[in-house]
Amino acid sequence: MAGDLKQPTEATPATRVDRFGAWSPGEDVIEVMRTPGPGATRGGWRAFRETARGMRTTFARIIEGTTTVQYPEEKTPVFPRFRGRHKLHRFEDSGLEKCVGCSLCAAACPADCIRVVAAENTPENRVSAGERYAAVYEINLAQCIFCGYCEIACPFDAITMGHDYELSDYDRDDLIFTKEMLLAEPLERTPLRNEDE
Amino acid sequence: MSVLALVDYVEPWWIQVVKSILIFAVGLQLVPVVLLAERKLLGRFQNRYGPNRVGPFGALQPLADILKLLTKEQFRPTTSVGVLFALAPIISILTAVAAFAVIPFGNAQDIFGTKVGLYGLDVSIGPLYLFAFGAIAFYGIMLGGWASGSKYSFLGAMRGAAQLISYEVSQGLALVGVIFTAQTLSLTGIVEAQGGMWYIVPQFAGFLVFLVAGFAETNRAPFDLTEADAELVGGYNTEFGGGRFASYYFAEYLNVLVVSGVVTTVFLGGWLMPFGIHPPGWVDPFVVLFKMGLITFLFIWIRATLPRLRYDQLMSFGWKLLLPLATLNALVTAIIVTATH
Repeated sequence: MAGDLKQPTEATPATRVDRFGAWSPGEDVIEVMRTPGPGATRGGWRAFRETARGMRTTFARIIEGTTTVQYPEEKTPVFPRFRGRHKLHRFEDSGLEKCVGCSLCAAACPADCIRVVAAENTPENRVSAGERYAAVYEINLAQCIFCGYCEIACPFDAITMGHDYELSDYDRDDLIFTKEMLLAEPLERTPLRNEDE
Repeated sequence: MSVLALVDYVEPWWIQVVKSILIFAVGLQLVPVVLLAERKLLGRFQNRYGPNRVGPFGALQPLADILKLLTKEQFRPTTSVGVLFALAPIISILTAVAAFAVIPFGNAQDIFGTKVGLYGLDVSIGPLYLFAFGAIAFYGIMLGGWASGSKYSFLGAMRGAAQLISYEVSQGLALVGVIFTAQTLSLTGIVEAQGGMWYIVPQFAGFLVFLVAGFAETNRAPFDLTEADAELVGGYNTEFGGGRFASYYFAEYLNVLVVSGVVTTVFLGGWLMPFGIHPPGWVDPFVVLFKMGLITFLFIWIRATLPRLRYDQLMSFGWKLLLPLATLNALVTAIIVTATH
């Protein structure tokens, strides 16, 4: 039969010629049938059978149920290493900012989206734990490519990548995040996924 | 022989008016339901929800779609033929509605002492009436495609015409077996003749042929070559927008309902219930609607499953398989009916 797998014969003839004298690819070549077999009955039966098989497949999808995440209401949890919006950190005990205004993050930034202006700490106005602090710390999230180099460059772990990703806005100016915004806790927490999930 | 079937009662004219309004009110309300059911089911067939944002469970989605279409600007290409371009969608919708009129939703009932048949009208040439309007329906597609003055539309319309010729023959022949067995052309008569056994059992081949031809008749997947959005942009309705497009859309879904209704009537025993259950008369329309729903589900299921046929496959399937099968079915039925009488 045409669709059957033919066993390769021991001695494949050197001249590949079939019994009609035409060139043949040889006995060991498997013929793949792509059209319904000859004859209306076979074609019809094949069409019917394959249709039924296809319909079983599609119906199994109904039984399987949906995999949709209803996005604005449900969110896909992100992994702990997910690189979302940046966060600036304070020391938990003293409440001082970790950032000392060294501008290493700005230097490491390939998108040039961080602007740091440092100022000296004074005994009356102590903002950070070091000698200096960041008087201005701005990240332009319209330029940021979320590569995480700033996080790696920071010697004090003052800046880390957070988990927030819903950052679209109507105005480019609103995407420039100031130090206060980066220090504040995000209003809505992004769901976090466990490592083994 | 009169055009109407011989019945032993006469309906007053006002009952006919009320009846037609009621049937079309219900029938036309079914279209958005089918529309929504199709989109939701297609979603489920692909592990999705389907529309669920507009209204509770997305129930207002068809309404929103239709409103959107109706508020759009009416436009037509400069190459189009104006009158026919406007007329074509009307023909489509008119024939679909006309065919819906003969589908029986129940036997004649006593309502407040008046005998009322739960159908638009009971023509003595039921299937012929349906085929006549099915054939006219293609003028909607043909004229629409031709009058658009666009090559894509024209190709779609030509395919539609060829498809009609190929499949309506088989569809007619598939019903011949049923007509032989029931010995009547009245659709209510055919339903009543199925008291012993629904015709899906003795006429299974006819049922399959009719169903396949029905898919082709309504231009639904896998026979939607007239639309074929991948190759022909949108086929015959490429140039249509707004309310006219809505009319075509509407007619397509009404045609699905009509074919479901005909399959229900002719093969699934209409309003008859299995296992000898005889419910009160008011249940009849719900039985018919339930069976129609099953067939409509099959329509959607097939659409979710099968890819569109190639044009030559469509033709060879219609002429080389369906037509001989339908002829054979009619022939064998004729021999058996003659032998047993």
